[in-house]
Amino acid sequence: MRYLTHRMGFFVLTLWAAVTVNFFIPRLMPGDPASAMMARFHGRVNPAAIHALEVAFGVNSNQSLWSQYISYLHNCLTGNFGISLTYFPLPVSTEIAQALPWTLGLIGVATVLAFVAGTVIGTIAGWRRGSMVDSIVPPVFVVTSALPYFWVGMILILFFSVMTNGALPNDGAYDVTSTPGLTLAFGVDVVRHAVLPAATILITSVGGWILTMRNNMLTVLAEDYVRMARAKGLSNQRIMYQYAARNALLPNLAGFAMSLGFVVAGAILVEYVFNYPGLGYMLLNAVNNLDYPLMQALFLMITVAVLVAVLICDFLTFWLDPRARSRS
Amino acid sequence: MPDAPVLEVRGLTVEYDTAAGSARAVDGFDLDILPGEFVGVVGESGCGKSTMLFGVAQLLSPPARVSGGSVRFRGQELVGMSERELASIRWRGISVVMQSAMNALNPVKQLGAQFEDVMQVHGERSREVVRQRSEEVLRLVGIDTVHLKSYPHQLSGGMRQRAMIAMALLFTPDLVIMDEPTSALDVVAQRSLMMQIKELQRQLGFAVLFVTHDMSLVSHFSDRLVVMYAAKAVEIGRTRQVFEAPGTPNTQGLMDAFPSLRGERVTLTGIPGSPPNLLDPPTGCRFAPRCPKRFEMCDIPPRLYETGASLAACHLHAPAAEEAVR
Amino acid sequence: MSATLLAGAPGETETPGRSRRRGFGLLRAIRGNRKAMVGAILLVVFSVLAAVPQWFTPVQDANAHAFGLMLPPSAAHPLGTTAFGQDILAQLIYGTRQSLVIAVVVGGLATVISVLIGISAAYLGGMADGVLSAVTDIFLVVPTFPLIVVIAAYAGNGNTVVVVGVLVVTGWSYGARQLRAQALSLRNREFLESARVRGERSSYIILFEVLPTMTSLILANFLGGALYAVLTAAGLQFIGLGDNNSLSWGTMLHWAQSNSALQTGQALWVVTPGLCVALLGASFALLNYAFDEISNPALRPVRRPRARRTRS
Repeated sequence: MRYLTHRMGFFVLTLWAAVTVNFFIPRLMPGDPASAMMARFHGRVNPAAIHALEVAFGVNSNQSLWSQYISYLHNCLTGNFGISLTYFPLPVSTEIAQALPWTLGLIGVATVLAFVAGTVIGTIAGWRRGSMVDSIVPPVFVVTSALPYFWVGMILILFFSVMTNGALPNDGAYDVTSTPGLTLAFGVDVVRHAVLPAATILITSVGGWILTMRNNMLTVLAEDYVRMARAKGLSNQRIMYQYAARNALLPNLAGFAMSLGFVVAGAILVEYVFNYPGLGYMLLNAVNNLDYPLMQALFLMITVAVLVAVLICDFLTFWLDPRARSRS
Repeated sequence: MPDAPVLEVRGLTVEYDTAAGSARAVDGFDLDILPGEFVGVVGESGCGKSTMLFGVAQLLSPPARVSGGSVRFRGQELVGMSERELASIRWRGISVVMQSAMNALNPVKQLGAQFEDVMQVHGERSREVVRQRSEEVLRLVGIDTVHLKSYPHQLSGGMRQRAMIAMALLFTPDLVIMDEPTSALDVVAQRSLMMQIKELQRQLGFAVLFVTHDMSLVSHFSDRLVVMYAAKAVEIGRTRQVFEAPGTPNTQGLMDAFPSLRGERVTLTGIPGSPPNLLDPPTGCRFAPRCPKRFEMCDIPPRLYETGASLAACHLHAPAAEEAVR
Repeated sequence: MSATLLAGAPGETETPGRSRRRGFGLLRAIRGNRKAMVGAILLVVFSVLAAVPQWFTPVQDANAHAFGLMLPPSAAHPLGTTAFGQDILAQLIYGTRQSLVIAVVVGGLATVISVLIGISAAYLGGMADGVLSAVTDIFLVVPTFPLIVVIAAYAGNGNTVVVVGVLVVTGWSYGARQLRAQALSLRNREFLESARVRGERSSYIILFEVLPTMTSLILANFLGGALYAVLTAAGLQFIGLGDNNSLSWGTMLHWAQSNSALQTGQALWVVTPGLCVALLGASFALLNYAFDEISNPALRPVRRPRARRTRS
């Protein structure tokens, strides 16, 4: 139990750190958002827009820094992130709510798939050590895991979209001409548009999982309890799953949690390359438009998503590892 | 009429494949074990005793492999058997106790589950029978049966070790192989564990092949003693005889390294030098470079000569007649 | 992309004393491992290109709009030209320097920071350790790329120094965590006890006893950091947050993308810089993976003889 409370505490602490960083960035950076806005609106600044900035940053020259901070915290907790400059006058939270499902759907699903596939393949590769499978797997996947996400995306576009004259689309989440709705046609359209981006994520990230799982398996297979399992005459399958994989999986889960930051980086680039309307795409657009309120809120949202994923990993570890349960 | 040996090992050779070539970690090992006998195997670190043990039990992992020799368990040849053929002998006929129970027990499975899976794989389907037998063996070693639901990390070191022994006795095998099961324990727990093993042996009649570096400990409990050096067996005999009249300077050196608590004060001597490189072992007696009693004949590898009731691979015991012939 | 995870789990390392022979043994280890060889060769090739680019192409200023626009590959321009009339091959060659320098500088600085923080946390223990570890974990978990994007947007103008700075600030945490774990496991080893008993000061112990045993992990961290730097810097430049007027593979990709190179049949403009990034990254990854194998015997490739039973 102590393990869980510890992890929850970390969740809250990190979230607080992210929010605080968000609060201080505009104050520490050169370049005043207000003058950036002036430049953007050519001097004709809308009072509502100024107010949006104030809400977004907690900037209010009438208040002390501390009370600005408190009201900023309050705003964050209630989901009030101000008004987006790009999508003016829509509030930031509305924009984010629209983009979130696309990101969760594409990136979330693709990443989890890659992790599961990587773990399974890594288990088999580690088990069949010295075989043909195992001598090919490491070099190939070492190289694929070093490929830049965005470049892989572009190559896929080149081969499967441009060269095939658009057999697989490379732009957006669905065709601009089709109407969104819970129809089969729409569903198919969405899936078609998701194929290339998802494939990009799969190709580049699966390698890392395969290799770490394989390495973990090899380390575990050298352990005494695996030898003991052989001595007991247990079947290969039982040893592979219940003795080796179960133990090798634990550090892999921890590794998954730690690498999420990197996954996010890749995801943002993939969305950019494919114009996929998720949080990452929105973030980059916001940067180009100097839409500070939106940028900062997106950063916070992405952080929350990652932290939740980490927490889920922690719960999984708690469930799978009896030592974590009795850690004191 | 003497009983047939439970285990007959002839010429067992284990090789390690390395980038620099193959090293023989066990080089032509012979041993017979009679039913109910307690055989101790001692030697310096790296002499090949653990490798020999796993070679006998067919539990080696790459890059080690059995490259020659024969291991007959109750008449059946184990070397060359497929895993499927070995499966019926595993645990029923030969079981294993390892050095550190913390490492030898699966950390994510309850104790009871680890007892259960070996029974299931050998055909015991009834949950009730499994539970009863598990409780029975735990009682044998003096562990409360409530611990069937415990995880290995929740038990103390001594308890874990005894739990491993309990697990080894699930099918009352004919031979229990033990690889330094006492090394991870303190002195008091060591002795208590050894006595427990001896008592169980008396009750259930299994033979024990016990590897350790602690010569003084094993000498109180073993019937026979095998001394290994540099992949070879250099002395075999009844424990008492080996102790009272060590046949090789190596054995003498090993004994001298363990002072007696109650004996007179002697200067502690180890054996100077280090074991030979098994990739390129010396052509003569392998102990010769470190032997205080070396002489010219030691350039020829010794065979096991009789010395009283034991066998020792040392030219000091070569019969004079043979020496004249050479 | 879990390339940075390839550094493997912190664990037991070799005993001291081997570190003296390290330099020599390292070369031999590289030669013996195919992955390491490939990685090392790639790295050497790129280093040469970065050092003396002018030997490999007649073009003097690769950024100048000197040639015909969008020319296909020919003898004069082996990879063709860009939409601005720049020789693609020349750009690739000259661009090597920036990518390599960023990789090495970020890798080095990030490693220094992670060594300082990781080892101090392990040795100071108590409250200091708690604080340092919490900070490390926070940096580790928080998705730094969006943060970099936000900061770069504020700092404006795409300064390469800013890029290096944010990469270092966001890249040290993984290494610090690993180093701390290993330093902790070494803390109670006997050879440290003997140093303590001899009366040596903590700083001496850290510098001369602990660090040498951790060289393999430190090296792995450097390689991981370099890989992270190559990929992330390219990503940042690609979306336009680097110095768009500088010459590097990432900026090439940026301009290619803004000119819709894929759709307009200028595939080479897109494919080649990305390939270079991939190759440089792969060289670090291969070396990293190979060192992992070298230092952890359980992971080494097994050569299988004609065994009777194949048992894995």
